[in-house]
Amino acid sequence: MKYTGKKFIKKDSLPFFWCAGCGNGIILACLVRAMEENNFTQENTVIVTGIGCWGKADDYLNTHTFHGTHGRALAIATGIKLAKPSLEVIVLVGDGDGATIGGNHLIHAARRNMDITVIMSNNLNYGMTGGQYSGTTPYGSITSTSRYGHGEDEFNISELVKAAGAAYVAKETIANPLRLQKFISRALKKENGFRFVEAMSICPTHYGKENRLGKAAEMIEGLKKNSLKIDLIKDRRIDELTAKIIVGEYIDREVDGYIKRYREIQKKAQNKK
Amino acid sequence: MPEARLGKRLFLQGNIAVGEGAIAAGARFFAGYPITPSSEIAHHAAYCLPKVGGIYIQMEDEIGSISAIIGASMAGAKVYTATSGPGISLMNENIGLACMVEAPCVLINVQRAGPSTGLATKPAQGDFFQIRWGTHGDHSIIALSPATVQECFDLTIKAFNFAERFRTPVFVLMDEIIGKMHETIVVPNPQDIEIENRKLATCLPEEFKPYAYNEDLVPLFAPFGDIRINKANGSGHGQDGFPDNNPDNYDRLVRRLNDKIEKNKKRICLYKTFNCQDDTEILIIAYGCSVRPALAVIEQAARYGLKIGLLQLQTLWPFPDEIILKYSRKVKKIIVPELSLGQLRLEITRYIKDIPIKGVNKVGGMSITPEDIIKVIKAGNEE
Repeated sequence: MKYTGKKFIKKDSLPFFWCAGCGNGIILACLVRAMEENNFTQENTVIVTGIGCWGKADDYLNTHTFHGTHGRALAIATGIKLAKPSLEVIVLVGDGDGATIGGNHLIHAARRNMDITVIMSNNLNYGMTGGQYSGTTPYGSITSTSRYGHGEDEFNISELVKAAGAAYVAKETIANPLRLQKFISRALKKENGFRFVEAMSICPTHYGKENRLGKAAEMIEGLKKNSLKIDLIKDRRIDELTAKIIVGEYIDREVDGYIKRYREIQKKAQNKK
Repeated sequence: MPEARLGKRLFLQGNIAVGEGAIAAGARFFAGYPITPSSEIAHHAAYCLPKVGGIYIQMEDEIGSISAIIGASMAGAKVYTATSGPGISLMNENIGLACMVEAPCVLINVQRAGPSTGLATKPAQGDFFQIRWGTHGDHSIIALSPATVQECFDLTIKAFNFAERFRTPVFVLMDEIIGKMHETIVVPNPQDIEIENRKLATCLPEEFKPYAYNEDLVPLFAPFGDIRINKANGSGHGQDGFPDNNPDNYDRLVRRLNDKIEKNKKRICLYKTFNCQDDTEILIIAYGCSVRPALAVIEQAARYGLKIGLLQLQTLWPFPDEIILKYSRKVKKIIVPELSLGQLRLEITRYIKDIPIKGVNKVGGMSITPEDIIKVIKAGNEE
């Protein structure tokens, strides 16, 4: 592996507090490697987290960090980026944090094309609080708050962010860390607009156990088996896509980004007498 | 004041004077969400901030607004938002976040009649306790309240100075009357305005701790992007900003967050007195819009043969108990007019036990009149 990302990791905070088999360590490794690949520095990077298992990622990072409140990481990041556009702002949210309690901030940050990167760890449930259902929990799932099977349909969160207008949206599972790292790196490289990478992860402690999906290794096998590349889905029948994880780049488009737009507004205001 | 020191004379609305005060204080970042009766502050910010290189952003809700200003503050900007009671209700969780990460910010609450949506266009003073205790957990807070348009300008600057000095959220508690009224004010020349900025860390990067204890109790600041790495953390943290759940550490942290404000009460508690003499028999204690009918009563007092003084509280929190005790020492009765069922009066009763305290209370969305106050004074005298 060419990039280790070690310089961003606070070594004396290790080992991770996450459960054995948790996917967060893999996502974090992909992130710090992608940061190194893009020449990010400790001083010029702010990592904003919310609350939840993935929200603890800042404990292991020696960049500037903001560990905020549940669901609000994106709005906090919006303020940071606008106040100091020279900073690289990365937001780490889980499916509870980003797609459920913070869903409104997510779609508006995407619509606004705030120039920040979001890495969402999607493990299909609230891990930290004991495995309750979230906005991405599939229909029929057993969780600690859906003992008879979940009655709601889940968000396809990457499709939602794409529809909201984001510049870049990609999705990959932790079973394919090289491609996950590649997508994160592309997101970080992009100069303008809102960038979103959904990392499909696993929670063997809660979701896996409740739904009899086996231990971590079996769950990762399951991710591999169920993954389907986005460029191949055109030829598939709808029923073949059910329960599939559609991975790949959902969108990669050039946009102005909000910072550029607001600079134009400032110019107009300053030229007006 | 010598003529040369006087600045411009302007005829302004209270809300606009707040906006002018914010920009004069150096504020360059506003995030908000529209709500009556505070919207002019957002209109002013949206028009003026981009002109001076600043940022106005309208967020998706008030939770987003307070989150964005806290983020911007930690990046080094002077920040503010404006709303009314319903918006503060939504912001409350992250007002605690601002206390915890020690993000200087100014929160303007133009009060309207609650609870709930209540009367959107009518004045009230029902948020006196909301701004003090709205967010959960032990914390202290600073709140200033103007009673004139001039004070809207002056106290907004003070609010920014206190926010920066103590690294804390500071409220400017307005109401629909003060926010929407027009008066002539004098805007001083910029060089005559006293501005305070947060103290920046100057140590070597490897020695920097974002929540370092010092005698001042207010940690030195390093903005995001600095060579000194800042770890803003709303969870229990040590001096280095990393998580620390140790009970002794957390106890010390919460006490410091309270002490840095409570121990500076003398400096923070601003007030004015009107006609408070040695032989004053009746003391009116008021803030915000209720100061105005009280002033009218003072002017008419001689006509009724009454010795009445007025103590106007410009600082509401931390509560100015020592000032109230000082001015009520010799009086026979205290009158507290307010557009609530007696929130300020309740707080006063915690400190004054031996003098009758009468409230003049209205919650229908109409101003208190001088006659309302006189009626309560006279009723008491007949007892």
